[in-house]
Amino acid sequence: MDLISYLPFSLPHPALLAAGVLEGTVLAAVLALTALGLSIVFGIMRVVNVAHGEFYMLGAVLAWFITHTVSGTVGGPPWLGFGIALIVAPLVVASMAAATDWLVLKRLDYDPEATIVATIGILYIIQQLALTFYGPDARPVEAPFDFRVQTPWFGYSGYKLSVVGAAILLMLVVWLVLTRTKIGLIMRATQYDRETAQAFGIPVDKVYAGVFALGAGLAAIGAVLIVPIQQAHYLMGGDPLLLSFIVVILGGLGSLRGTLVAAIFIGLSDGIISTLYEPTLAKILATLLVAMVLVFRPQGLFGARAA
Amino acid sequence: MATDDTTRGTDRRTLLKGAAAIGAVAAGAQLLPGAARYAQAQSSAPIKIGFQVHRTGIGAAYGRWYDRTTKAAAKLINDGGGINGRPVEIIAEDDGTDPKRGAEVIEKFATKHECDVAFGTLFSHVVIGSAPRAGELKLPYFVVSEGHHVASGMLNRYTLQPGITDVKSQVQSMAPWVADNLGKKVTMIYPDFAFGHDHRDYFSEAIERQGGNVIAKIAIPPRETSFFKYLPKIPKDTEVLYHVMVGPGVLTFVKEMGEYFGDKRPEIFGFIDSLEAVDIASPGLEFLEGSHFWEGYPRYAGENQSAHDKFYREAVGVDENGASLSDPKDVSTFAHMFGCWETLHILKAGMEAADYKGPKDRQALIEAVENMDVFPESRAHPQGSKLFNGRTHQAFGHQHISRVEGGKLVPVHKTSIFDTVYEDETDYTKMSF
Repeated sequence: MDLISYLPFSLPHPALLAAGVLEGTVLAAVLALTALGLSIVFGIMRVVNVAHGEFYMLGAVLAWFITHTVSGTVGGPPWLGFGIALIVAPLVVASMAAATDWLVLKRLDYDPEATIVATIGILYIIQQLALTFYGPDARPVEAPFDFRVQTPWFGYSGYKLSVVGAAILLMLVVWLVLTRTKIGLIMRATQYDRETAQAFGIPVDKVYAGVFALGAGLAAIGAVLIVPIQQAHYLMGGDPLLLSFIVVILGGLGSLRGTLVAAIFIGLSDGIISTLYEPTLAKILATLLVAMVLVFRPQGLFGARAA
Repeated sequence: MATDDTTRGTDRRTLLKGAAAIGAVAAGAQLLPGAARYAQAQSSAPIKIGFQVHRTGIGAAYGRWYDRTTKAAAKLINDGGGINGRPVEIIAEDDGTDPKRGAEVIEKFATKHECDVAFGTLFSHVVIGSAPRAGELKLPYFVVSEGHHVASGMLNRYTLQPGITDVKSQVQSMAPWVADNLGKKVTMIYPDFAFGHDHRDYFSEAIERQGGNVIAKIAIPPRETSFFKYLPKIPKDTEVLYHVMVGPGVLTFVKEMGEYFGDKRPEIFGFIDSLEAVDIASPGLEFLEGSHFWEGYPRYAGENQSAHDKFYREAVGVDENGASLSDPKDVSTFAHMFGCWETLHILKAGMEAADYKGPKDRQALIEAVENMDVFPESRAHPQGSKLFNGRTHQAFGHQHISRVEGGKLVPVHKTSIFDTVYEDETDYTKMSF
């Protein structure tokens, strides 16, 4: 059978579309996780965390250190190092975020403008620390497992597909925590009315530190999942930050449902437009869409009220 | 509350004082060696070579090895008595692989460090961003960039590229071999800036002269991190996939190509730029087995290693596999970094021919280099003999094609220098200084 594994160069061919949808789904999954972190932090703390992408980068860089140590010094298999990284890296990043909250954001009294400037500073500090201690190279992390899925037209990484599954699972967990647990209830109460929550004995400071840690931890999990696909690099935080902002603005600041829908929309359209046309066009359209949403529906697609 | 504020105020003052003290110490440290130098006799003052290096940004792997090679060459020159009896001092500044920063670095070399010449960098957009400033400052600028922008006449009389060949001559000498051995219908994947455009334009021309053609041209933004989305654009009737990628995502690029094609792939011809500083035996690269690469200088020493090659590798600290002697996982940018070594030796020869004494002799230095025509294979030129065209400021040399066999690169073809020569497109010697 003469099954060729590369494609005819005809315009929208099912194969091109399939490639676009696959790429888009993977992007959407990781984006949803990353943007969810940004969205929760904004929703509850009213803090626009410009350093969000750097927490993502830290997750990837830590994943490299952990997998490298496990496979290099102990000689463990790739899945072991990756499994440890998936748990340890987000925890480390989350505790760094909690420390940042305590050291910086809390002292600014969570003033919206001041925290933007402060998180820009944190962005540069984290980036330069990564450059100093990790170096300027892009380093690969081996996937915990790898198999190739053959479509009728081309092959696709099985690991990438499993990333989608993992992201869905994680989002379910976050949703359950926020809606079904006492911690979630406390977080929502703080979001709804900070002062009343405090009056009812909710330790708002601790909630804020926890929320900031959760947001950064989600970014880090997204990064650990993506790093076997991309390579860890100290400048890798830029793109996810931009896309997360696009998603959060589209979905409505603070709306988790909106974030999810917007992530799927942006991810899929980016994948399909990039494959059929140009990646730059995809970015142009996404940014244009954000501008239009800001003009005509500033609260975002699912935002309850203007932020 | 008041106490609290006072304490805080004191803390801040203490901190500020501390910072000021650190600043003063740093400034002093910068001043002292300079003062010491002025105290020395003029004749023994070092020749200062401003080294523009990609320490950070997407060119960092190249920068690390350009740095090591440059240090090794400078040490060799200094151990042999320096240049005109004066030691060479390399003053390195990070250009961040960024054109704007590159121009600022050139400015710093000329005004702050008072360098005699500037030297270095690889990425073509940095060279193109920096060269005009070097020309304005009348600072000789010896680049190790591969781009065709020097020989094309785009730059100026102060910018020279004597230590490395350019893309146009490289691809022109590859095309006949590719057409004869791999196929004539070519799809090109290249980075979307000057260096990639050189590949696109000159390889397209060269393969057409061989009766072939480029059936698709896929440009990839230089900071792209995920490549799968570009691969469906490769036409079905592609016989040869030509790739030349740079930047932090190259390993991902090759891995995704492997996942995409599986074991049914077209012939693949790549420029080693796609895998400089990367171990060919890395997991995920198995699918490159049997594919071919251009190499400016073969990474693996092989059986017919010359004495010059052996000497060069030892001096730089590179083993016979092209990796660091101290860490076999630290693979060098072997196909390019020899350019730094050779350029510094040409600089030495030029300064000696011009009897270079100081910045006033910069024009004489450029004229002296322009008068050079042949660099015979030697310790100073371990990659091999080269021709130098003083009119276009560009060197021409042998090119190599290697095949991936057992996770190593095995040389299969070496071009003659004459395969790489093309007609002059400019004459810098007619430009005034």
